[in-house]
Amino acid sequence: MNRKGLSIFSALLLSLVLVLSACSGGGNSSEPATTSDDTKTAGEDIENATELSFWTFAGTHADFYVNAAERWNEQHKDKPIKLKVENYPFDQMHNNLLMALQSGSGAPDLVDIELAKFPNFLKGDIQLEPLNDLIEPELDKFTERINIYQKDGNFYGAPTHLGASVVYYNTEIMDQAGVDIDSIITWDDYVEAGKKVVEATGKPMTTIATNWYGIWPYVAQRGSDFFDENGKITLDSEKNIETLEFINDMVNKHKIAELTPGGNYHTEEFYGAMNQGSQASLVIPMYYMKDFTTYMPDLKGKMQIRPMPKWSDSDYQSVTMGGTGTAVTNQSEHVELAKEFLYFAKLSKEGNIQLWKELGFDPPRWDVWEDPQMREDNVFYQYFHDDIFDILLDIRENIAPIQLNEFTPDILTEIDSNVMHSVLREQNLTPEEALKQSADTVRQKAGE
Amino acid sequence: MAELKANNRNNTVPLGKEKKPNKVLGFLNSKKVVPYVFVLPFIVSFAVLTLYPTIQAIIMSFQRILPGQIEFIGLQNYQRILNPAFYKALTNSTVYMLLTVLILVTIPIILAILLDSKLVRFKTFFRSALFIPALTSIVVAGVIFRLVSGESEFAVLNQIIGFFGFEPISWQFNAWSGMLLMVFMASWRWMGVNVLYFLAGLQSIPKELYESAEMDGANMFHKFRHVTLPFLKPIIIFVTTISIIGGFRVFEESYVIWEGNSPGNIGLTLVGLLYQQGIQQNDMGFGAAIGVVLLLLIFIVSIIYLLLTGAFKRGDE
Repeated sequence: MNRKGLSIFSALLLSLVLVLSACSGGGNSSEPATTSDDTKTAGEDIENATELSFWTFAGTHADFYVNAAERWNEQHKDKPIKLKVENYPFDQMHNNLLMALQSGSGAPDLVDIELAKFPNFLKGDIQLEPLNDLIEPELDKFTERINIYQKDGNFYGAPTHLGASVVYYNTEIMDQAGVDIDSIITWDDYVEAGKKVVEATGKPMTTIATNWYGIWPYVAQRGSDFFDENGKITLDSEKNIETLEFINDMVNKHKIAELTPGGNYHTEEFYGAMNQGSQASLVIPMYYMKDFTTYMPDLKGKMQIRPMPKWSDSDYQSVTMGGTGTAVTNQSEHVELAKEFLYFAKLSKEGNIQLWKELGFDPPRWDVWEDPQMREDNVFYQYFHDDIFDILLDIRENIAPIQLNEFTPDILTEIDSNVMHSVLREQNLTPEEALKQSADTVRQKAGE
Repeated sequence: MAELKANNRNNTVPLGKEKKPNKVLGFLNSKKVVPYVFVLPFIVSFAVLTLYPTIQAIIMSFQRILPGQIEFIGLQNYQRILNPAFYKALTNSTVYMLLTVLILVTIPIILAILLDSKLVRFKTFFRSALFIPALTSIVVAGVIFRLVSGESEFAVLNQIIGFFGFEPISWQFNAWSGMLLMVFMASWRWMGVNVLYFLAGLQSIPKELYESAEMDGANMFHKFRHVTLPFLKPIIIFVTTISIIGGFRVFEESYVIWEGNSPGNIGLTLVGLLYQQGIQQNDMGFGAAIGVVLLLLIFIVSIIYLLLTGAFKRGDE
């Protein structure tokens, strides 16, 4: 190529890159975009429909609300809505919402707020609308879960699922090791079974996430938590230290557990490994069924759901984990309509049944668990087994709640970035040292 | 000066005679005012996008900011700053700054000299190729880097070291390799830009100097040491200064690899801490305080560096 040709070629190449990077600019999460890439609308063709905007961070949720809006419009011809659901990346959506609520403009009518982020929105003058008039008449129908999105007696979020934690056993591996999963009653049994699994198959019994999923379920199941009922930080309590020691022993002493590939249970690395049958069991909430059916097709028919093994000093067999609270913001011009729709979509009996049918979530209203509609065949029953809700009904009284507080996000950040890493991976701090250090950091912030 | 004024008068007077004198335009066009008109766009954007936010941030750093409740809390935010996370972030940012300055000053000089020499062919192509990373979206680059440095034995980096007989490494979970990833990513991204600066500098060196140096029997190294480097000094000072500032301000490299919290805070930088505390955890007053400390830190380090290199002195020496 001569010099001129080369220059032209280079110029072309440069402009191509410019164009390409301009195209990708929309997905740049470090710059807050004003419009979302992914918008779904329901009721667009209905005249004089009231427009409601909705922000979410999960594509599956977006479909769920669009479907709900279409059902609403069929049943409520007198007050149709045009629901515009915008799907943003997780961090971006929560940050944009904080800014919008702080500055007093730009927030949507309805919004999904993730559990670990929710306390951020309950500070100062709360910019969300209380949902008491929707929830209080039927309070006894809801599981305890409804309480995590409340402050000072006001309910601000509609739960998406109960999030009961269970153990998913890979029966192929368990059979190979000759372990009957119904014989695993306590965590000590679980460790013993794990030793057999490792010996027979060379695969770990489980993997421990190095974020809060690797400690919170175990701690809460023991009846402990990171805060007491007065909001005092108990991250470094005796029980929590013992629990982390137990987890550390599973990984570093008994060698029956490894650290999760990718660091948590929602990464491509983990989906791939789990799908190939790389571990015998997984402790995670019920909502993970959707992940199984979507990302791990090869495990169909091999997975069995059981309650969590018990601790010797607690009766709890499960614990509610994860979650998303849907809220109505005070910037909405149609607060009442937004609330009515929210009730229809998520809080009503029908809405709860749809949560199971469409998303595979264990509904937060326990009064639907026995409903015949819940027993209709679907992908989740085909993938797992028929008695999923019988297991839930069995342990209904023994599902541990969790305590949320203004400083929960700080505690979870400490756990994600310091505790799990230094105790399990680096092993340069004992569970006691790590928890004490992190508890002190958050205490300093809380001014305790 | 007198001549200039006379010229000025000569130019403007006929204009005024032909058209009716427009006072506003005439004022804007006058020699005293016109420079300000030209720099106005910069002044305005500086005031709106930099000065105002800076002043606002200093005010916010003394406040607790919650929706509908903004109150002054004195120095409380600053008293809380000195915690382990801050020291970790400060260490990470400083190490990152030192490494990037070292790499992004020395290697671009060598590359620029190579690209400027007669020995290398397809110069324009290499120049463009080196520049392309600076135009690539950092998010896209981050996704690729994350996949390349995955912990599975099939990830690209682990395959490469596996070829040499090493065990797979969890690149994104060790302090040393985490820093390595960030520095590598920054080097990849900014290399071409710095090469361009140095190329521009090289072009301004008179060729006669090399010729006379050759006559005096100077070899390649001598020429580089006594001709090239002195002429590149202003460019080196400039590139080092922006690299120091950029190094302390690092955020994206860490954010795209770990998406928020890094294990053991191995990727936590000062701006990352500001983002985590101020925005993710809705504590904007504290975030602003971190920002003010960072501002002072960059200011002090840059001033010290510029004083040491004599950039404030007039003339050559």
